[in-house]
Amino acid sequence: MSVTAFLTDSTLCIGCKACEVACKEWNGIGEDGLDWSGFSYDNTGAVGASTWRHVKFVEHAPEPGFGGNAPELNSWAFSSDVCKHCEEAGCLEACPTGAIVRTEFGGVYVQPDICNGCGYCVVACPFGVVDKNRDDGRAFKCTFCYDRQKVGLVPACAKACPTESIKFGEIESLRGKARERMIELHGRGMKDATFYDASDSSVRGTHAMFIVRGDPRSYNLPPKPEVPTIYLKKGWTSSAIGAGLLLAGSLLAFLFENGRDGR
Amino acid sequence: MSVPSRLAPGRRTPDLDSEQKLVEIRREAERRGEVKSAGIRPAGSPFPIASPDTGYYGIPLLKKPAWTWEIPLYFFVGGAAGAAAVVGAIADYTGADRRLVRDARWIAAAGAVISPALLIADLGRPSRFLNMLRVFKLRSPMSMGAWTLVGFVSGASATAFAQFMQDRYGPLLPLRVIENAGQAVSLAFGLPFSNYTGVLIGATAIPVWNESINELPIHFGMSGLSSAVGMLELMGHRKSRALQWLGFGAAIFECMEELRIETHRLACLDPLRKGGSGAVVRVGGVLSGPVSLGLRVLSFLSRGEQARDLRKWAAMSAIAGSLITRFGWLHAGDVSAQDWREPLRIPHASE
Repeated sequence: MSVTAFLTDSTLCIGCKACEVACKEWNGIGEDGLDWSGFSYDNTGAVGASTWRHVKFVEHAPEPGFGGNAPELNSWAFSSDVCKHCEEAGCLEACPTGAIVRTEFGGVYVQPDICNGCGYCVVACPFGVVDKNRDDGRAFKCTFCYDRQKVGLVPACAKACPTESIKFGEIESLRGKARERMIELHGRGMKDATFYDASDSSVRGTHAMFIVRGDPRSYNLPPKPEVPTIYLKKGWTSSAIGAGLLLAGSLLAFLFENGRDGR
Repeated sequence: MSVPSRLAPGRRTPDLDSEQKLVEIRREAERRGEVKSAGIRPAGSPFPIASPDTGYYGIPLLKKPAWTWEIPLYFFVGGAAGAAAVVGAIADYTGADRRLVRDARWIAAAGAVISPALLIADLGRPSRFLNMLRVFKLRSPMSMGAWTLVGFVSGASATAFAQFMQDRYGPLLPLRVIENAGQAVSLAFGLPFSNYTGVLIGATAIPVWNESINELPIHFGMSGLSSAVGMLELMGHRKSRALQWLGFGAAIFECMEELRIETHRLACLDPLRKGGSGAVVRVGGVLSGPVSLGLRVLSFLSRGEQARDLRKWAAMSAIAGSLITRFGWLHAGDVSAQDWREPLRIPHASE
């Protein structure tokens, strides 16, 4: 049983959305509705309760060689987004029912038969991935194809990807592949290629790693995601102070009143 | 210039601007052999240029909290009930007026009934409420809150039950035992119950909340105290000096909190001060802080019936302020989650 990961190499992505379709197909996810975003060829916007893989369309100024477009045309970068499966996962820590667990493959999995739809994981995710399905009531996100991995298959999105932009495998070997790919891309003049796995933040790395061109922020990848458990110490300290004030205040008020009445 | 209608192709009315544009395009084609001017794109066609300054088209990274009105109302009811249990227990231990002790227990017990009802109503799968008690997770404020709620509900309802039976059937030893044990339990759990909701929303990824983590629990606890005191005063305890002092203390704290919110300089705290959510937070803060403090000062300076009337108004102002404060903070969280700049650490335009 090895610890697995995704490596999504956006320099290979052609924006075909096969991963989105394959994800919906395998997991039986409902449709998102037909809405035009009106500001991009991306009409989905973000991952959510009914979108566990989502291809981002990052539209760039004309740049020769970028994505193989004609030099005078605007060019795109595509990147297939997914749950990051954090090493230190905010949703998993926050879940009060134990519905969210870490699988033997290192992924973060919401057990649908236990989730009671409290919605606390939604505000605990620093990547805005977990989402509550209003009709169903429960929280949903990428399962890391736990069912497929259980029987030795690769996740549906990785299997459907025609360019191997979505790579799946043992996490350490994928990190090695990512390093090699970065060297290769830099060697080919793509100096702006960036590797993203948030390992320098409190989420301590992700099981969904990315290679993107340019600033990861234009792909909605936060530069410093924080797992909300880092606020617990301050929060409970403040709670204890508040409780102390309430107790001391009440004691003082009633004792003082009694003292005055006694006189 | 008239905007071409994309909904009705072939039905646009030509005008001077549109004809001039066509002439310009022909001239450009003659001059350069190609047409590159911006006007050749259909109106509204999407070619925004991605840059780190715009994030991902300004689509918010974070999800909006999935909570509805039950949650802020629960925060209010739970805060008041927890503080009432503490005030009632201390009043009992210090030998204060029996009626005050009993009324405080009623408030705590009412809160103990309403709180879980509100919480369960907000769940996506209410029938699975008991799944909250599958695990005991120190690192999950929601789990800690669920267990605190269970403890508080047990203690407060047992106390109220024993109280009710004794009022009816006279003092009996087993009932005395239940009453005292229940009171000790509701005191122990009432203390965290009055303010844990501040930790609950503070330990999240929502910027306006986690930036306020140091203040939120104390703020919510004091807000709960002011509403508990207000409710007791409305139940007729408008002569109790202890309640007056507690009300003073809570109102002074709420004034300071309101001042902190109004004078902060962090952009991520703007939802507390600006826009619709800022207005709600401000109304809540002003009612529970300066207004109730001012009315209390006036009642302190006046005598007899007038003093009690002023206290009644101070109490109502504190209760309303406490309720509105919780709705304001939850609303601010919604607004903060929609702020795409914060999680990407992109400076705001005004900075």
